[in-house]
Amino acid sequence: MAKTVVLQRKPLSLSERTYLPQIVTGLKTTFSNMFKGKVTLQYPEEKPNIPKNYRGIPTLVKDPNGREKCVSCQLCEFVCPPKAIRITPGAVPESEDDREHVEKAPQEFEINMLRCIYCGYCQEVCPEEAIYLQDEYSLSGYSRDEMINKKEKLYELGGTLPDQHYKWDKKKNAEDEGNDH
Amino acid sequence: MFDFEMLFMIGLKVLFALLMIGAVMTMAGYSVLAERKVSAWMQGRVGPNRTVLPLVGYVPFAGKFLKGMGMFQPLADGLKFLFKEEIIPGHVNKFYYNLAPIVALVPALTTMTVLPFGEFFADNGESFPLMLANLEVGILFILAVSSLGVYGIVLAGWSSNSKYPFLGGIRSSAQMISYELAMGLSLLPIFLWVSEPGTGAMGLSLVDIVDSQKQSPWLLLVQPLSALIFLIALFAETNRLPFDMPESETDLVGGFHTEYGGFKFGIFFVAEYAHIVVGSAIFTIVFLGGWHFMPWMSDPWPATWIGSLIGVGWFLAKTIFLIFFFIWIRWTLPRFRYDQVMNLGWTKLLPLALINLIFYVCLVTWLDQPPA
Amino acid sequence: MNTVDLLFYFFATLSVGGGLLMVISRHPVSAAMFMIISLVSVAALFVLLESFFLAILQVLVYAGAVMVLFLFIIMLLDVGPEGGKVSRVKMLSGLASCLSVGILVILLLQFSGIGDASLSNWKAIQSTESVTGDSLVFSTSLKNFGYGLFTKYMLPLQVAGFLLLAAMVGVIVLSKKSTPDLDA
Repeated sequence: MAKTVVLQRKPLSLSERTYLPQIVTGLKTTFSNMFKGKVTLQYPEEKPNIPKNYRGIPTLVKDPNGREKCVSCQLCEFVCPPKAIRITPGAVPESEDDREHVEKAPQEFEINMLRCIYCGYCQEVCPEEAIYLQDEYSLSGYSRDEMINKKEKLYELGGTLPDQHYKWDKKKNAEDEGNDH
Repeated sequence: MFDFEMLFMIGLKVLFALLMIGAVMTMAGYSVLAERKVSAWMQGRVGPNRTVLPLVGYVPFAGKFLKGMGMFQPLADGLKFLFKEEIIPGHVNKFYYNLAPIVALVPALTTMTVLPFGEFFADNGESFPLMLANLEVGILFILAVSSLGVYGIVLAGWSSNSKYPFLGGIRSSAQMISYELAMGLSLLPIFLWVSEPGTGAMGLSLVDIVDSQKQSPWLLLVQPLSALIFLIALFAETNRLPFDMPESETDLVGGFHTEYGGFKFGIFFVAEYAHIVVGSAIFTIVFLGGWHFMPWMSDPWPATWIGSLIGVGWFLAKTIFLIFFFIWIRWTLPRFRYDQVMNLGWTKLLPLALINLIFYVCLVTWLDQPPA
Repeated sequence: MNTVDLLFYFFATLSVGGGLLMVISRHPVSAAMFMIISLVSVAALFVLLESFFLAILQVLVYAGAVMVLFLFIIMLLDVGPEGGKVSRVKMLSGLASCLSVGILVILLLQFSGIGDASLSNWKAIQSTESVTGDSLVFSTSLKNFGYGLFTKYMLPLQVAGFLLLAAMVGVIVLSKKSTPDLDA
């Protein structure tokens, strides 16, 4: 069992009670600090290193073949705690014939960055791995409208990320050539 | 009718006074920069390094250096204060609210009229001190006028009609009254020491004090305790950090100037730094030998106009070192609690100053005994 | 009328006007400020008489210390414009004003030469360089003040000091009055 020991403080000596030696020590410390290296970044010119799992601005990504990954299932819209996401579902455009078995695509996808709290739930919940919080953190605008990221802006910010699964390709193969098992 | 010669003299004095005000205000402005730079260096930061005048930044070496040292930052700060919106809150007493910054600045600038900052050598070998007014009771004048500075803070605190400025004003007046006493008492042994019988020095002239330190030890070495007490009281009187009760931002938001903004806040800011500049100059004059070179050494520069220029420069160098010391202390020590400040002032510093005075009275009496 | 006269009239007006406004003004803080103006302009009058030491003491003691305490108390007690409206104080202040007006009238009569003492009895201030303890001449120099205080006026100085000590003891006794309640 832990035992409490009350330590008796030694009474301060005369030089300690004037505080002067301690002040001199402090002055020495601050003075030597003046000649040490700087730890700050010159921000707009130098940027900090962003860790890989950083939660920056939510973006929409495309697969390596440049195809839209989002299927507008609206799970992110429902999970979003501050209700920052608004999706208008639509059909997959006729021109993209390799995605015809994908039922839906977002007609409009809006993330209101004035509401977004960067929680990352949308990324976690997305079954298509289509929404990612990437390393961009600096966002500014002159009006409220500017702060609502539209679909084009979201794809522009997101770019393309490597994909391990090609889920819809597999599904198409299965449909065309029969199931493996 | 009017005495035109006297009017001319007054005009000349006004011109000199304006020059002096310009010099002290510039030093105050650059003390703000020094404060920011030194604090940055002590904390591993860079400090202001982006402000630059157009074109100056393109000068090959100097431009970059000036920009890196933030030499144009005081200009930008001043302009910012000028162009900010002047807000007068609805709940203030308008007359005293507007009066307070002026009342705070005027004493800080008035004290420098009696500050000697060098000596001028005439052709016939005589030397005159460089100062606006050579007053026999110069140091008393400084103490008297700087004690008026508290009105600015008290009025600002009261007229703001809000609780934090009010507390700041109350604290400040209590603090100033407490430390003025110790300050005055710490200076008395100095004057006892300087005006010994036989020497020409008498009275409370600052010039006599400086001249007494020529080719003899600085008074800092003769009376270290007086210097220490004076320095501590100076920190308290200028509201510098271990004693910045009136504006301690952790417990009083901004202290007496919480309700102020724009140029009026700027005036308070400059007044505070002007106090530091003048206080450093006084400490240099009284304890660090003024414009004289080093303790026990005669001035190595010739007794010509070059010598007087170097003397002024040497005086400025000492003053700037003291300003740096003020800043250094600020970024080293934490703030005292209000009751600790009062306790230190009344129960430690004042008795110490009295003991110091009595000791030197006895010492001077013993030293001045006519040889039996 | 030369420049010095002009300055004299300016500061004299300021001091008398400040004193008057101090009595008239309704707000205690304004009254205190007017009193400071009055005191500082009296100091300026001392400067015009080339008595710098007195001028500086006037500012240091009255404007710099006493009035700060006044202002301090006014603000701490938060006395509003209706602060001094107590009938007992009214009677006292009436008595005091009668007394001081009386003294003023007597002094003015003396100065104008109507009374017994004529103007010739008031010695002009002489400035002498060297002063010994034996022949004490009043002048504006600082050294003379010192000699005067510690030789000729030693007794009044000590009495004044004793009076201040008594006042201090009184303050301590009054402010310690509440301690028995705490002990009980």
